[in-house]
Amino acid sequence: MLTHLVILQVIVPLLAAPLCLFLTSSRLSWFFALISSLITCVISILLLQQVMTVGTIVYELGDWNAPWGIEYRIDKLSAYLLIIISSISTVVLLAAQTSIEEEIPQDRHNVFYVLYLLSLAGMLGIVATGDVFNVFVFLEITSLSAYSLIALGRDRRALWASYQYLIMGTIGATFILIGIGLMYQMTGTLNMNDLSVRLREVDQTRTIFVAFSFIFVGICLKLALFPLHFWLPNAYAYAPSIVTAFFAATSTKVAIYLLIRFTFSVFGLSYSFTALPLQTLLLVLGLLGIFVASIAAIYQQNVKHLFAYSSIAQIGYMVVGISMNTTMGLMATLLHLFNHALMKGALFLALAALIYQTGSVRLSDFQGLGRQMPLTMAAIVLGGLSLIGVPLTVGFVSKWYLVLAAIEVGWWPVAVLMLVASLLAIIYVWRIVEIAYFSPPANGMAQGREIAKEAPLAFLIPVWLLVSSNIYFGIDTRLSVQVAQAASQSLIGLSP
Amino acid sequence: MLMGLYNYWIVVILMMIGLYIVIAHGNLIKKIVGLNIFQTSVFILYISIAKIDGDTAPILTEGVNHYSNPLPHVLILTAIVVCIATTALGLALAVRIKEAYGSAEEEDIQKKDNKEC
Repeated sequence: MLTHLVILQVIVPLLAAPLCLFLTSSRLSWFFALISSLITCVISILLLQQVMTVGTIVYELGDWNAPWGIEYRIDKLSAYLLIIISSISTVVLLAAQTSIEEEIPQDRHNVFYVLYLLSLAGMLGIVATGDVFNVFVFLEITSLSAYSLIALGRDRRALWASYQYLIMGTIGATFILIGIGLMYQMTGTLNMNDLSVRLREVDQTRTIFVAFSFIFVGICLKLALFPLHFWLPNAYAYAPSIVTAFFAATSTKVAIYLLIRFTFSVFGLSYSFTALPLQTLLLVLGLLGIFVASIAAIYQQNVKHLFAYSSIAQIGYMVVGISMNTTMGLMATLLHLFNHALMKGALFLALAALIYQTGSVRLSDFQGLGRQMPLTMAAIVLGGLSLIGVPLTVGFVSKWYLVLAAIEVGWWPVAVLMLVASLLAIIYVWRIVEIAYFSPPANGMAQGREIAKEAPLAFLIPVWLLVSSNIYFGIDTRLSVQVAQAASQSLIGLSP
Repeated sequence: MLMGLYNYWIVVILMMIGLYIVIAHGNLIKKIVGLNIFQTSVFILYISIAKIDGDTAPILTEGVNHYSNPLPHVLILTAIVVCIATTALGLALAVRIKEAYGSAEEEDIQKKDNKEC
């Protein structure tokens, strides 16, 4: 049983998804989805324990030997990502039923859970597999369910956002497919481990260079790295709130994982960072992304848009960490990946609670909410503080390591720029705080709006679960730092 | 040299045509057609990679020494399925967009969205 955990991780949600269709009531399928997500979460914890003690787990599908058969390979990085994805998915699902009652028509509830579990299975699959073509297949499973989930949004703009995402996402995935084909042409293998060895022999050819460029651009499209981020804000803003909370916390993380996996493991550090000017490219795009998106966030009127832009900025931080090409930088990226999942999960879930109660996420409708929904607003404030990087929150930990990593490689200006960018985060978080706490609610009531009540427990429990883990991992950093450090060391050590 | 690699030329030309249509055309259906051409070019790339001059299908019989590599062909079967799913979803979205906005032109939709903002 224990040896099959690797495949169960992916199979459980994949099989649970169609079964949801047969369940008669939406409550039942919610419960079923929650249980299957919880199972993957437990499995991922077991896997992490196993990986940390005995090292990389290799699982051969159907007992076919590796270069011919498909191999699932869980190393420290994969195990770390699996935990992030499955735990966030479980916590978000806790609030799902209550939230979609408001936002999605009754007859589509079952379909919602089917799509949710499919995208969960896809993300877990991308992270678990050791086969590049399998990555493409799982990527498309995730993306297709993501497009449909976004299109479930109430607003008609959700349809347009979903369509745009579909076009961009398909181009990105097809680019990755081209890259995989060219790699196969040169090496005759699809296994990542095998590829990393065989690519050495042919890495001076133009074909491999083209393959690498295609894969890099394809992943950057999925990643929403500036300037390929245009699909993201609308997709996040108009999707049902639960979907936003889930994707904001996980899907870009998976793309970061792919970037790390391809540049560090498959192509190898020495190749990736010399074939393309990856260091300059990622550094410049990352920094530009941080500034452009943070400034754009300041001017948003829709709070979901605001946090979506802030997500693009946070992706910038992670990419800057990768560009340093050191253990420290990579570790900071991995930490930020985990921490960002916690904060964005908390923030978007709190917004879901606001939408449930007030039906609006326009900044002007936030007046007086600090008093009317104290617990939800407090969660948003704490999440915002974490986003800024105030000490005692997780945001501080990852920014601290990022700055340390920048100083370690002697990039003083970069360290300063990242601190300046945090000031921009203060501005956009402050705008929310100011309106929610310091404007009288009278204005809103004059327009005939009911006084908002505190969100139901179905929201408060998952939101505060995430907020308290924001603080817990901000104080007790042992677990996250230890795993991130081990993962980055093995990645940098892997490549010659 | 150039003629020997004609399959790749076809791939590249189709790829560029597809990508151009996706970028340049404002009609939602045309964009999806472009996307299809783009994806089809990748299928041809994979299939032609597997082909060897004078080979046959990969079936074990006597007197056959050269056969094409079946793996890329199988991979492309999967990719075709993905492509069909994407196309179906894209077209479904286009229908819903037409119902909601009363238009399937990118410009009109963006104008209507900007008015609402």
